[in-house]
Amino acid sequence: MKRSIVMATALTVTWSLPAAAQTKDANAEFEKFRAEMEESNPAELFELKGEELWKAKRGPKNVSLAESCDLGQGIGKVEGAWVKMPRYFADADAVMDGERRIVWCMTEKQGFKFADIAKKPFQGANDNNAPDITNLVTYVASASKNMKFDMPLHDDKVRDAYETGKAMAAYRAGPYDFSCNTCHGADGKRIRMQNLPNLSSPEGALRGVQGWPGYRMTGGVMLTSQWRMNDCFRQQRFPEPKYASQAVTNLIAYMTGNANGQMYKGPGIKR
Amino acid sequence: MADPMKIRAQMKGDVAEIRILMSHAMETGQRKDAAGNTVPAHFIQSITIDVGGKRVVDGQTGTAISRNPVFGFKMKGAKAGDKVVVNWVDNKGDKRTDEATVA
Amino acid sequence: MEMNQTRRIVLRGAGSIGALSALIMAGVLKPTAAYAADWNKAAFEAKDTPAALKGLGAASAAESKDLVLKVPDIAENGAVVPVDVISNIPNTTSIAILVDKNPTALSAQFSFANGALPEVSARIKMGQTSLVKAVAKAGDKFYIAQKECKVTVGGCGG
Repeated sequence: MKRSIVMATALTVTWSLPAAAQTKDANAEFEKFRAEMEESNPAELFELKGEELWKAKRGPKNVSLAESCDLGQGIGKVEGAWVKMPRYFADADAVMDGERRIVWCMTEKQGFKFADIAKKPFQGANDNNAPDITNLVTYVASASKNMKFDMPLHDDKVRDAYETGKAMAAYRAGPYDFSCNTCHGADGKRIRMQNLPNLSSPEGALRGVQGWPGYRMTGGVMLTSQWRMNDCFRQQRFPEPKYASQAVTNLIAYMTGNANGQMYKGPGIKR
Repeated sequence: MADPMKIRAQMKGDVAEIRILMSHAMETGQRKDAAGNTVPAHFIQSITIDVGGKRVVDGQTGTAISRNPVFGFKMKGAKAGDKVVVNWVDNKGDKRTDEATVA
Repeated sequence: MEMNQTRRIVLRGAGSIGALSALIMAGVLKPTAAYAADWNKAAFEAKDTPAALKGLGAASAAESKDLVLKVPDIAENGAVVPVDVISNIPNTTSIAILVDKNPTALSAQFSFANGALPEVSARIKMGQTSLVKAVAKAGDKFYIAQKECKVTVGGCGG
C-alpha cells in the first residue's frame, strides 16, 4: 500500500514537469554518481590489455609497437600522444587520428593485414572480448589523461582535414535529409534523456571527444571514437564509412580542433 | 583463462580503500543471443579479500551484479605495504586470484 | 560426519552465529571454508524479496535509519546501477543488497571481519524501476533500509 502511494506520487510529479526540466533533473541525478562511476571505470581493464599488446612482439614481422610505432611524439612514446592527434604523419602522407595511426602501425610495422583488422574492428554488444585495436586505443588514450587537447591546427594539412570535417558535419543527405548538424549544430537538442552536444562550440566539441574511447554500460563493451562516428552515420541512415577512413579522421579533426585547449580526462564511461 | 583483475588499495588517513575491477561476462541466464538461444548463466558466486594474511571480506554474489564487476570496500588496521589478495570463483568453477599492495 | 551433511547444517544454521562458531571451534570447519564453498542457493535463487530474506535468515529485519543506502533516484542505465551501503549500526558483520523486482531479488551479500568497515559499493543490474533494499546483520539481529530507483529507457551511446 505504502509503495503504491509512493509510486503514484512519483508518477504525478514526473508527468507534470515539462520535458526539458525532467531531462535536466535526470541529468543532475546522473552527474551525482558520475565521479564515482569514472573513478572505478571498467575501461581500466581494457587499458591493461592494451598496454600488454603495445609492448608485445606481434604480427608477421614479430615487432612490438613500443619499438616501432611513432604516434607523433617519437617511436614508442604514448604520453600525451592522444591529445595531439589527429596530426599529419609524413611517413604515411596523411592526417590520422589515434586509432587510424595505430592501425597503420599494425599493418606497416607489424605486418598485420588491414582486411583482418577491419573484419571486426569494434566490440559487439555482449562480446566477451574487445578487438586488439580497441584495447590498444584505450591504452594510448589513457596515457593522455588530464592533458589538454592540442591538435596542431596551425599545420596546413591538419587545417584542411578540420575544414573538410566541418563541411561534412553540415552535409545533408540520406532518406531523412539529415546532417550531423541537424542534431549537433545547435544548443539544447536531445534524444530521449540524452542531451546532445553542439559540436560547433568549444564546450560541445569537448563533450564530443571527452570520454572516448569509452566503456559503454549498454552491453558492457569498450568502444572508440571511430565506432561513435560510424554509429552516427548509421543513425543518420547514411552508408557506414569504411573502417579507419579519412572521412572519419576529418570529422574527429573538426571536433578535436574545436575542443583544443580543454582538458581530456582519459577513457570514459558512457551510457 | 580468466582475465586479470585490477586492484587498487590506498591508505586515506587510517582507512584503507580497496577498489576492485573484475573482467567477467556476468551472464544472467535470461538473455537470448542473436539466434534466439538462451545464453547460459555464467556469473561470479564468491569473492574473498585477504589483507595482510587475514580474511577481511567474504562475499557471495548473484546474477544481478553488472558485467565487468566493480566493488569498493574500506578497512581499518591495514598499513602501506600490506599484501591484498582478491579471489573470485564463478558458477562454472572458473576462478582468478590477483594481488596488490596497499599504497 | 559426511561433508554434505556438514554443509547442510551450516546452511541451515546460517542465521545463527552460535551453531557456526561451535562447528569452527570444534575444528569441523576452517573459518574460510565455512563460507566460500557454500553459495547460499536458497537465498540467491529466491524469486522475491521475502523468500530471499528468509534464505538469509533475515525475515524479521527491522527498518533502521542507521543503515544508509545510496542509489540514484533515476538510473542512467539499468545495466549498471551504482549502489553504496554504509551501516552505522554497531557490530555490523554483513550487508546484503536486494532488488524487489529483479527476476531473483538478492544481488550480493558481504561479510566483514578483521578491520573491514561495514560498507560496500557495487554496481548492479535492474530490469525495471524497483525498490532497492539493503540488509545488515548486527549481532543476531537484521536491519533493513530501502529506496526506489527508476530505470529509464535508453537513448544513444553518449
